[in-house]
Amino acid sequence: MGLDIQWKELPAVQRRFLFYSAAAAVVFFLLLLRLWYLQIINYEVLQERSVRNRTRVLSLDAPRGPIFDRHGVLLVDNRPSFRISVMRQDVENSSLLFEQLAPLLEVDVAELESRWLKGKRLPIYRSVTLAEDVSREIMERVQEHSVDLPGVLTEVRPVRDYLEKGSAAHLVGYLGEITRKELQSGDFSGYRGGDFVGKTALERSFEPYLRGEKGQRLVEVDVQGKLFRQLKLEPARPGNKIYLTIDRDLQRAADEAFADQSGAAVALDVNTGEVLAMVSRPTFNPALFARGIAGDEWAILAKDGRHPLQNKVISGQYPPGSTFKMVVALAALRDGTIGTTKTIDCDGAFEVGGSRYRCWKKDGHGATNLKKALRESCDVWFYSVGLKLGIDKLSAAAKEFGLGSPVGYPLPGERSGTIPSQEWKRRHYNKPWYAGETVIASIGQGFVLATPMQLAVMMAAVANNGKVLKPQVVRQVEDWDGHLLQQTSPEIVRQIDYSPEAWTAVQDGLVAVVNAPHGTGHAAHIDDILVAGKTGTSQVVRRKSDEEEELDEKGEIPYRFRPHALFVAYAPAEKPEIAVVVVVEHGQSGGRAAGPIVKKIIQRYMELKEEKMVKEKG
Amino acid sequence: MFDRRLVANFDWVLLFTVLLLAGVGIVNLYSATASWHSAATPLYLKQLLWLSGGVLIALIICLFDYRHLEHFAIHFYGLSVGMLIYVLLVGKTAMGAARWIDLGFFNVQPGEVIKIAMILLLARIFAKTASPFGYGLFELWKPALWLLLPVVLILKEPDLGTAAMVIFIAVTMLLLAGIKRGTLICLGIIGVLIAVAGWFGLHDYQRARIRTFINPEADPLGSGYHIIQSKIAVGSGGFFGKGFIQGTQSQLSFLPERHTDFAFSVFAEEWGFVGSFTLLFFYLFLVVWGLYIARRAADRFGLFLAVGVTAMIFWHIVVNLGMVIGLLPVVGVPLPLFSYGGTSMVTTMIGVGLLMNVSMRRFMF
Repeated sequence: MGLDIQWKELPAVQRRFLFYSAAAAVVFFLLLLRLWYLQIINYEVLQERSVRNRTRVLSLDAPRGPIFDRHGVLLVDNRPSFRISVMRQDVENSSLLFEQLAPLLEVDVAELESRWLKGKRLPIYRSVTLAEDVSREIMERVQEHSVDLPGVLTEVRPVRDYLEKGSAAHLVGYLGEITRKELQSGDFSGYRGGDFVGKTALERSFEPYLRGEKGQRLVEVDVQGKLFRQLKLEPARPGNKIYLTIDRDLQRAADEAFADQSGAAVALDVNTGEVLAMVSRPTFNPALFARGIAGDEWAILAKDGRHPLQNKVISGQYPPGSTFKMVVALAALRDGTIGTTKTIDCDGAFEVGGSRYRCWKKDGHGATNLKKALRESCDVWFYSVGLKLGIDKLSAAAKEFGLGSPVGYPLPGERSGTIPSQEWKRRHYNKPWYAGETVIASIGQGFVLATPMQLAVMMAAVANNGKVLKPQVVRQVEDWDGHLLQQTSPEIVRQIDYSPEAWTAVQDGLVAVVNAPHGTGHAAHIDDILVAGKTGTSQVVRRKSDEEEELDEKGEIPYRFRPHALFVAYAPAEKPEIAVVVVVEHGQSGGRAAGPIVKKIIQRYMELKEEKMVKEKG
Repeated sequence: MFDRRLVANFDWVLLFTVLLLAGVGIVNLYSATASWHSAATPLYLKQLLWLSGGVLIALIICLFDYRHLEHFAIHFYGLSVGMLIYVLLVGKTAMGAARWIDLGFFNVQPGEVIKIAMILLLARIFAKTASPFGYGLFELWKPALWLLLPVVLILKEPDLGTAAMVIFIAVTMLLLAGIKRGTLICLGIIGVLIAVAGWFGLHDYQRARIRTFINPEADPLGSGYHIIQSKIAVGSGGFFGKGFIQGTQSQLSFLPERHTDFAFSVFAEEWGFVGSFTLLFFYLFLVVWGLYIARRAADRFGLFLAVGVTAMIFWHIVVNLGMVIGLLPVVGVPLPLFSYGGTSMVTTMIGVGLLMNVSMRRFMF
């Protein structure tokens, strides 16, 4: 035992003890230094990281602005839609997750994988959408299993709701996911991949008004990405309210009048240029686009030969046919080519340059004055007058009415149609103009093309003695505090100058078309309202001769070769209010196919006006 | 056998320090597991039970003279090595490593038992053979073999942390016993060679841990996750901390293993530099007090026993703290008295019991 004491008391051993204590103190001092470094020097950096660690920013999509009709009837709104998405940070094993999720969402694993891959292009802090617009049952099922599905979120977001289905779909337009090109273009600052933006028509042009402001939800999450609590909520601000010029009820009537026929119709306020109804048939359901259209749904729409996605009112170019004759008549009267009473003899055909141009009535109309020529749509009268007038004067007159160039429709997609002239032909074909071409241009055939909207502007100008109006589709834009952001007022593009006699003569002719015996537009006749109008039946393809005409088994012309049926009208003739243009594609006869639709639209317009008056009185 | 002097010399300072640290540990555990909603007994209560059991064990150890243990050191050693072999053959596995023996009410980790057994055996060897001149290389081959046998077995489990602990304890005891300068240099070179060779013998996950220790940001969601999250927790505590149960890192479960290996991160996040400093001060005091006990021990066995136990506590503290504040790789070493775990608590309290035993019998020859 004594030996123990001796060893312990050795200076070397005592030194070792001292050294050990000192070494322990030094090591602890180093640990403290490190703690100082982390907790004092690096505090701010690590504090910030700890905040980011536990908080997630969830973006709240803003409801797009609602769209109303002229009387404040809701046309397009938003409805809540359930979206299943996943926080990328919180996914450890994506294939395992998708195997669990696929049966809950009732989709293939492959579908989820492809969405996941697509979403991987987004920044890490963005959630990846796995299923859009799922049913309430699916959403609840996912929520029940949320414990086993780390990082999976169920979000409620607003989705466009089209109360009128396909009605006015071409005016409103549709939405689509923002493309990479759009994002890079600089026009879409503040947007992010995955956002929905207006792709066509109003939704596109008024995107800045409609989009609203995104909100944010700052939430605290645990390590599994499960929501812990909400730290901050900046609610989304909905987009502004847009009031259209159309009347929901008139729009419905126009849509229904078409049944399953293809074509277009537009009703203009003759005094303001406001579009009261706008129909392009067949139509499509914009709701398909609101949640991201599926590839096969898109293919069906895109491949449809009847072009449901095209707004035929502004993009469909048709030979105006006989509806063009009112312009020819007016131009001839102003030029002095012919008087209101002078007659031309129609024997059923007109010859120029060795070619025979037939009147639609084989036996001819006999002695025909301007009124009769309009009423019975005598081709020979217009062949003769048009040829005398010459193409360039005719062309100039047509252009005054807004034909041959865009009429200023406020939304994208408008085509300009064609009003030919000698110069025009030289430029486009590098060929001289032939007299025969003037002849067929005089009845709105040949090179002449116009959109239904152009014809409506023309019709309105004839009805209101020469005021060419810019068509309007938006009455006003209003924010949620009631402030007016934009208000449109009537815009007169130009005033066309004709003598009052000229206007009266043509207007009388148009009244006769609908109301007189032998009038070609009798189908649009309404007993207690004086309707003025003009029919048109325009050839789709130029047939070389009648012998070559193809007939199907039933002895009918195949659909695609059938002529388009047109009808332009205004009412009431005494004090015009509404101009209506109807084009029924391959409708064969302007009077028979388009006339009844015009009638229904005008009738409905008058009914609605009366209802409104009764309501205001009562 | 029960002397009045034993009670008079009872080491209240040691007991008080231990209870203080363990008490803070339990309070911290309460916070670390506050967000757990489970019907089972809360972990802090379980830990309180372990602590009570541990104190009881320590007091029982005080009842008999530690010097009797010198004779049984070799038996303990044999039993521990047998358990290590047993665990390799039919052990319970956790995270792919075989570490436990299930005794029904208690899972015994032979890796913990061997630490105490190794301390006892080395204390006995050094007590018998230590000389004023220090050990030469050839006197050391025997203790080296005693040491390497269990170390190899532990590495087989594999449990890098425990193996390192056993070696650190042994080396600390050896250096206090004294060693010749040439031998020291020789051992140093051998150590480096073994470390280099060992790198290639490591499991992939172990190598990954060391790699991510060097650059944790390279794999922030993988093996670097523990270190990064722990550093964020500690650093975001700042000077005064976020407050009790207010640590966002820990409460929101970003901190892994926050009730066991990373318990200190929770503490540092919620109590800040002030709290960390205080806690470290008491740990350092415990270590220095352990050395003080060793220096005052009545005999060389007691002296080495106390040094061994103190070394065990010291190295656990240093490796654990170094790990959670990003100074050392993540090796899975608990913080004595602080981390949740019955085995760690019992092992530590056995050590504390031995220290008390040595301390209260310092005047008995």
